[in-house]
Order: sequence, then C-alpha cells, then structure tokens
Amino acid sequence: MKSGILAGILLATMTAAAALAQSGAPIKLANVAELSGGGATVGTNWKNGIDLAIEEVNAKGGVLGRKLEVTHADSQSNPGVARAQVQKALDGEPYVLLGPGYSGSVKVTAPLAAEAGIAQIMGGEAAELTQGGNKFLFRTSFGQQSSMPKVAKYINDEVKAKSVAIVWVNNDFGRGGRDVITKEFAKLGVKVAADLSTEAGQADFAADVSKIKAAAPDAVFIYLNEEESARILKELKRQGVTVPLIGETTLVGQKVVELAGDAANGARGHVGLTTDAPVDLIKAFKEKFVKKYNYVPDHNGLKGYLAIYMIKATTEKMGKVDSKAFADNLHGLTIKAASEPGILMDATFDKNGDIDRQGFLVEIVDGKQVIKQVLPKLN
Amino acid sequence: MSNLLDLLIAGLATGAIYAIVAVGFTLLWQTSQTINFAQGEFVMLPAFLMLAAMHVGAPFWLAIVIGMLLSMLLLGLGFKMLLVDPMLRHGVLPLAIATMALAIGIKEAVKQFFSAEASPFPSIVPAGDISILGRQVALQSVGVLALAIAAVVGLTMLLNRTSIGHQMQATAQNPTVARIIGIPVERMILLTFLINAFLVALASLLITPIYLAKFSSGEVLGQAAFIAAIVGGFNQVRGAIAGGLLIGVVDNLAAAYVSTQYRAAVPMVLLILIILLRPQGLLGRAEERTV
Repeated sequence: MKSGILAGILLATMTAAAALAQSGAPIKLANVAELSGGGATVGTNWKNGIDLAIEEVNAKGGVLGRKLEVTHADSQSNPGVARAQVQKALDGEPYVLLGPGYSGSVKVTAPLAAEAGIAQIMGGEAAELTQGGNKFLFRTSFGQQSSMPKVAKYINDEVKAKSVAIVWVNNDFGRGGRDVITKEFAKLGVKVAADLSTEAGQADFAADVSKIKAAAPDAVFIYLNEEESARILKELKRQGVTVPLIGETTLVGQKVVELAGDAANGARGHVGLTTDAPVDLIKAFKEKFVKKYNYVPDHNGLKGYLAIYMIKATTEKMGKVDSKAFADNLHGLTIKAASEPGILMDATFDKNGDIDRQGFLVEIVDGKQVIKQVLPKLN
Repeated sequence: MSNLLDLLIAGLATGAIYAIVAVGFTLLWQTSQTINFAQGEFVMLPAFLMLAAMHVGAPFWLAIVIGMLLSMLLLGLGFKMLLVDPMLRHGVLPLAIATMALAIGIKEAVKQFFSAEASPFPSIVPAGDISILGRQVALQSVGVLALAIAAVVGLTMLLNRTSIGHQMQATAQNPTVARIIGIPVERMILLTFLINAFLVALASLLITPIYLAKFSSGEVLGQAAFIAAIVGGFNQVRGAIAGGLLIGVVDNLAAAYVSTQYRAAVPMVLLILIILLRPQGLLGRAEERTV
C-alpha cells in the first residue's frame, strides 16, 4: 500500500516535470539549405534571414513563452544530399521544416515531410511544387504560375517586344519557368525567336550570347540562378547586346548586381521581395540585416526571415505548439503586417500553400534596384 | 558568318587560357613525371590570394604582384617541396592521388576561409570594343587572347632560345645525362614548378573576371586543360598549346551548333578519338617506357 502511494507520487512528479520541461523547452526547427555549391548565395541568405528572425523572436520572449532553436544542414545544392539531410532532420522531429531553396531539392524532399506530417516552409518557385496536392508545403515567394504571366504581360504591353529570346537553366526551376512563360507568350502572340537551355553552374556563355545575337530578338528573357545570371549579363555586355534584358527575381537580385557590376545596369525584372521596396518594415529589416551581416541581402534573406514569422503568427493563432495542426492552420491564413511586423507585408496563404501579397517591377540603375511599378496584392 | 567569327574569337580566348594551364601539365610531366590533378584548383587559388590582398587595402596592380609571388611560393616551391618530393619516391600513382587530395583540400580551405559564394573579380583588360575585319569585337576577348599568346610565345622563347631553356629541355629528356654534363637538374626541376605556378596565376588573372572567383571554378578548368594536354600531346609544350586552343574552339562551336547540354561531351569524344587513333596526341612524340 505504502509503496503504491510512493509510486503514484513519483509518477505524478515525473509527469508534472515532463510537462513543465515540455512547456519551457525550446521549439525545435530544422533548416536544410544550399550552404555550398551553385546555390550558396540562395542558401546563405536564407539561413542568415532565419537566424536574424530567431534572434529577434527569442529576444522578445519567444513564441508562446518558448524559445526557437534551429539546426542548419547543407544540401550542397544537390537534391540527393538534400533528401538525405531532410530525412535526418525529420528524424529529429522538428516542429517545422525550413527549406530547401532550390525547386529540384524541394521536389524530392516534400514527400518526406508530408509523410511525417511536418509542415515545410521553403524557397522554391517552380509552379508544379504546390500543384500536386501536398498539404504540408508552403511558399515564401510567388510561384511561377503567378509571376510569369505578369512578366509576359510586361514584355508585351510595356516593352512592346514582338519577339523574345528565352534563356533558361536546365533544372526544375528553369524548366518550370520556361514552360509557363512560353505558354503566356503564345497567348499574347509574342514570338519566341530563340529557346536556349543552359546548364546549372555554367561558366562560359559566349556561345549562348552568339546565338541570341544571331536570332536578333526585340528582348531577352533570362531565367537562370544568380551566379549564372551575372555571368550571362557580363557576356551580353561584352558582345554588345543592347536589347532589353528582362527576368525575374534572380536576374535583378543584390548578388547579381554585385557580381555583374556595370553589366547589370538596365536589367529589369519582376520581384516578389526586394530590400529596396518602398515599405518601411522592409527598410528596417535591411538595416538590421546589414548591421548584423555587413552586406545587403537578396530576396532569399527576406524569405528566410519571414518564414520564421509565419511560424510565430500561425502558432500564436493556434495558441499551442502542435506540429500536426500547424499546416491546417496556415492554410487560408492572412497575416497582417500591422499585427505581426515580422511578416513585412500583408500575406495570405491559400489552400495549396501559395502566397499572395504585393510585388514589384524593378530596373537596375547605377548598380541599384529602382522600383518602377508596385503590383498590388490580388485578394 | 559573323556569328562564326564571334564564336571563333571567344573560343580562341578561352582556349588560350586552357593552353596556358595545359602547358603547366606538360612541363610538370616532362621534368618530374608529375600529373597534377589539382591544376584546376591551382588556377582558382591565385584569384583569391589577389582578392585577399585587395581586401587588406592593396591596389589592384599590387594585389596582382602579391598574388603572383604568393602563387609561386605556395603552388611552385611549396607544392614541390612539401608534396611532390616526398611522394614521388613512392611512384607516380601515389603522387597523382595525393594531388587529387590536394585539390579537395584547396577547395574546402577556400570555402572555409573565404566564402562558398562567388565573388566579382576586376578585369585587367578594359571594357569596350575594337573593330576587326569590319566587326566590333569585345576588347576583353582580344586582350585575353593577346596576353595568353604573349605568355606562350615568351615561354617558347625561354625554352628554345636561352641557355636555361636548353638546360630545362635536357633535364626533361634525360636527367641522368643532364646531371653528368653538369646541368643543375634539381634547380631546373624547381624552375619548371615556378613557371607552372606563374602560368596558373596568369590564367587565374585572365579567366576569373569571366568565370567569377569561386571555390569550385577550378573543376571545369582543370578538366578542360587536362583533356587539352592529352589531345595536343602530353610530352610537348606546342602540343598543349594546340590542344588548348582546339578544345576552346570546339567547346564553343559545339555549344552553338550541336547542343548546350552535350557541349561537355564533345571534347570527351575528341579525347577518346585521339586516344584510339593517335595516343601520343596531335603534336606529341611517341614514347616507350619500360614497365
């Protein structure tokens, strides 16, 4: 009898201690990103954005009184490595999985997170990622299905180009973008004068630019990753191509401007996120980021930063830390910058995990992004 | 036709850089039977040494001088004394494997101490165009080609017209006899390592503004130069030059007229054909070795 009471007291004490430990224990997040290889710019910015946001959130008491804690793993910009790293990360039972940034890596890792029932907030932009019915995948930037129609319309209406050369990188990201914009050009009656596929990590673009010159298009649409974008801009300048150069975020990002120098001037693009946006919260973010890391981030820094605030806002809305219920609660959620400044701009997440918020059309002038047009949030 | 001219000039400019790197392969092979699989990383590293010098406040010209000197110290003297000399006595294969390990070590060190991201690198040739055969051609392409040709001509003159060059050739052909007739063989071998270090630093200076400074940029260069050296003839400097120019042009023409996706395969096909039909390379000399 005595020993029974003693065992009961012991059990109650242990349960209470476990509950107390659970309530005060840090919330574990896992990040798998491109910290080396071709996507090092993407992954490094994304990671730094995450670290900055976590530092801020923890300094203000954490989420529901619990600190955030993140582990970073390097995918080496390789989908195979990304898959292994994500599996390892999921074995640690994180609250939410962050990354990767490359669409190809997201494609092979998303089924793992979905199977584990863990929400995955990622940086990929390929259209197909959120069209396969995965209920656990969320974007931090526009998918190609929402950005490409805007770019095609701009090329047709504003640039008034009748023929376009498309240069794209032969991976999931590039192929997805090329497929969507080709369809949009067909709808608008814009002729594709040259359709040039290039390789990820390609160093020499002399032959590709020669082909563009031979095709004599009215404009060139460039859809490559950051380093390759910088290399082709330099080669286009070297070979004296003067037609408008238009792309997406990866053509006019900070890193591209830094790498391409003068050759980036005049390049235009649709950008979902930019540190030069005329938004006070983004300006404040830029200042904090530069103070901490001593360089101006590209859009991936912003994506990593707001991913943490997506977690904070959703968890606070739920009122509990529940990884299984997280995805359901983020679907259909609108996070207002007025109530959660870390989200930077009002954002709505639809049932597929796609994001809706305002975007920008920018041009590089004297090495700086200049906003030419603000495109409002759709809903 | 004009497109072809653009492609030829761009191909020759890149090919001339491959040639410089390929010449290094042949020099080391001839004098010390060293196959340096870290040759691509040897091209990548000097750019980072120059960037580091600029980072601490050196102007570009001084950074070039510092980068060149450090390259000769590390990639010439250091490479020979710390890796080649101790490993060569165990045979060519252990040395070749050691250079593979060195390639990984250099890449990871640059990634660790500099950055995994690409960095911009200033061009020694100013931007702008010049007119050739009534066509506007980028000054940078012509400048790179001219500098590379000057380096190759200078090296050829050193080898063929000077006493040191003759001693180096004698060392390469038969070190035992060279030693008997009083040639300082060890010093000549060291000289070839220093020349190789100078050539890779020059190649780094010329190619990095185009390829950007990145820890992994040596992989492509090393492979292209290795193929160029075999295609041209591993035991002849003039063969390496011809092989480099040929690979540069073939690569560009393949990208333009065959397919961008398969461009990397075309030099490989050329390599296989050469190995099958003319194993000594286009301008190489047939050699027999006792096993």
